[in-house]
Amino acid sequence: MMDGIFLQQMINGLTLGSVYGLIAIGYTMVYGIIGMINFAHGDVYMISAYLAAIGLAVLSFFGVESFPFLILGTLVFTIVVTGVYGFVIERVAYKPLRNSTRLAPLISAIGISLILQNYAQIAQGPNQQGVPTLLSGGWRFDIGTGFVQITYTKVFILVAAFAGMAALTYIIKYTKLGRMCRATQQDRKMASILGINTDRVISYVFIIGAAMAALAGVLITVNYGTFDFYAGFIIGIKAFTAAVLGGIGSLPGAMLGGLILGVAESQFSGLINSDYKDVFSFALLVLILIFRPQGLLGRPLVAKV
Amino acid sequence: MSAAPIKPVDIKQSLIDAVIAGLLALIVFGPIVGVVLQGYSFNLQPTRVAWLVLAVAAGRFLISLFLQTPRGIRLSQGMERGGSGVHVLAPGHKSALRWVIPLVIVLAIVFPAFANKYVLTIVILGLIYVLLGLGLNIVVGLAGLLDLGYVAFYAIGAYGLALGYQYLGLGFWSALPLAALAAAFAGCILGFPVLRMHGDYLAIVTLGFGEIIRLVLNNWLSFTGGPNGVPVPSPTFLGLEFGRRAKEGGVPIHEFLHIDYNPDLKFVFIYAVLFLVVIGVLYVKHRLTRMPVGRAWEALREDEIACRAMGLNHVLVKLSAFTLGASTAGLAGVFFASYQGFVNPTSFTFFESALILAIVVLGGMGSTVGVVIAAFVLTVAPELLRSFAEYRVLLFGVLMVLMMIWRPRGLIRISRTGVVPRKGVAP
Repeated sequence: MMDGIFLQQMINGLTLGSVYGLIAIGYTMVYGIIGMINFAHGDVYMISAYLAAIGLAVLSFFGVESFPFLILGTLVFTIVVTGVYGFVIERVAYKPLRNSTRLAPLISAIGISLILQNYAQIAQGPNQQGVPTLLSGGWRFDIGTGFVQITYTKVFILVAAFAGMAALTYIIKYTKLGRMCRATQQDRKMASILGINTDRVISYVFIIGAAMAALAGVLITVNYGTFDFYAGFIIGIKAFTAAVLGGIGSLPGAMLGGLILGVAESQFSGLINSDYKDVFSFALLVLILIFRPQGLLGRPLVAKV
Repeated sequence: MSAAPIKPVDIKQSLIDAVIAGLLALIVFGPIVGVVLQGYSFNLQPTRVAWLVLAVAAGRFLISLFLQTPRGIRLSQGMERGGSGVHVLAPGHKSALRWVIPLVIVLAIVFPAFANKYVLTIVILGLIYVLLGLGLNIVVGLAGLLDLGYVAFYAIGAYGLALGYQYLGLGFWSALPLAALAAAFAGCILGFPVLRMHGDYLAIVTLGFGEIIRLVLNNWLSFTGGPNGVPVPSPTFLGLEFGRRAKEGGVPIHEFLHIDYNPDLKFVFIYAVLFLVVIGVLYVKHRLTRMPVGRAWEALREDEIACRAMGLNHVLVKLSAFTLGASTAGLAGVFFASYQGFVNPTSFTFFESALILAIVVLGGMGSTVGVVIAAFVLTVAPELLRSFAEYRVLLFGVLMVLMMIWRPRGLIRISRTGVVPRKGVAP
């Protein structure tokens, strides 16, 4: 019985964690490149959940029924529009503050976060929204006294999340854009001396982060079916926890941190207490920041004068 | 500043800017504003989108034109500089505050005689936010530590009174110092390990802490009553009670004074005590900023590495700011609990922390007068603008972003009177 629950929570945790990892990428890339915590990132994810539901509703209105077309169309639509959100937010709220005090972009980001929440609430109404189940069914394995269920949706989420991460890793490692990103991350001034338009690179980073959040938004919306305008807050902090756990600024760290956090949280809520699973995640965040702020794969921060 | 060559205003460029902004606005607002979900279906609202897109394009056009005029060029250059620390006044400068303060005190004393209950409760709420703003101002404004879980200490104060009454029989007067101490202690516990960290990490840890406190209050049904909340007793004054009939063997105050029963008397009392506490906190804060510890806070905000090189114990300095800020929030929590007569976790969400932060940001980081004014503006304005209630959060957000771009140091700059070096003393 026990190991049935354990395995089931392991699978739930991996799916949840892969989505945390996707959102964490947005935090970690932005932090790596301009050293600020993009507080509004969780709310960008929330916006993308709305966009996913809108995309699904509009596509099924036009008679698209088959799952692959439906999900592909929704993904493209959500990723493009959320990417524009990322771009616009950076332009409006963060770019004018590039040379300001340290606290200024952080407070500006909190402002954007409030704006996005209230904007979604006004535009779409305060009620919970939902999408119909798109992919039903799954496999069931009997293990000893218990059983483990793997739904097709979960498999789809895992595959899509890992495909997204693989694509991103490819972009960062092997393309010109990726090289520009890495150069800007290492030394912004030097990169701009060498002819890289760092402002544009920063815009790209925000777009990529928002696109990853959009992927996560589609996947979570497909899995859970419901969301509201406040959905970005908790999941944003958790994704940030994942980014810190893996070592902020490190891409593989964000993915690893997401998986570890997802599994740990699922095991905690399955085996110990599901009421306190958010408390568990936040406590984990506090403890990591106190005892190992550089995370698992990050380098220790050295303050330079 | 060298005079920039005056370029002719380029209307074409402005038009291009406006079109691009309009297109972006169409992509951004189109789906979310134009397609409203209803169940699994949707309905279209294209007019809202059209207005928004037009507004954005027109606004961008005007801004683009304005930024090409000489005034606009000056403004954008001023923004890039970012404010520099403290505004120093000439030695011997006499602030207008020296007669504004007595005037405000006199007004505050005669005010309850004219106010009805509604106005009184709004002013009490305003004063509670003044306290919260002052406390957070020490942490964020003076010491430069972004605390996003400030509401946790507020909750500790409020629940300190409510639960203290329920389990230990504490009253208003005993809870007031104890809640401040408890909040300070919590600030110390949280602060000690946390304050060695980087500024942004601190923000996230405090945010996590604030959420932990709220979630525990929400989930620990057997101890805190969970979402149902806890009732809070009415305050008493020298053993006199404010109810119509005495509950616990005390004497109702209207019988003692031989006047008619007046249910507003409780609020007048809370107002009076709260006002005295606010004045006290203002005075303490005023003195603290002129003491070495206050100077150390500001120095630490400006440059931590330099401070440590000068031999300041940065953990102790930060911890003192954190603890003082937390204890002020604890005080505010006690007043909030007795004012409401009831506490539950919904009063202590992250939004509350953001609101207090907005007060500090708007008022001017570190400026006391600014915080007092901002606290009243941000609490009284929503009461006056009831019809815009659903846009309140949106306005706060816009305000925070605009303030950061336009005046990161707040509307009212910190100013300080300069000193003339005495003769015979080396400068």
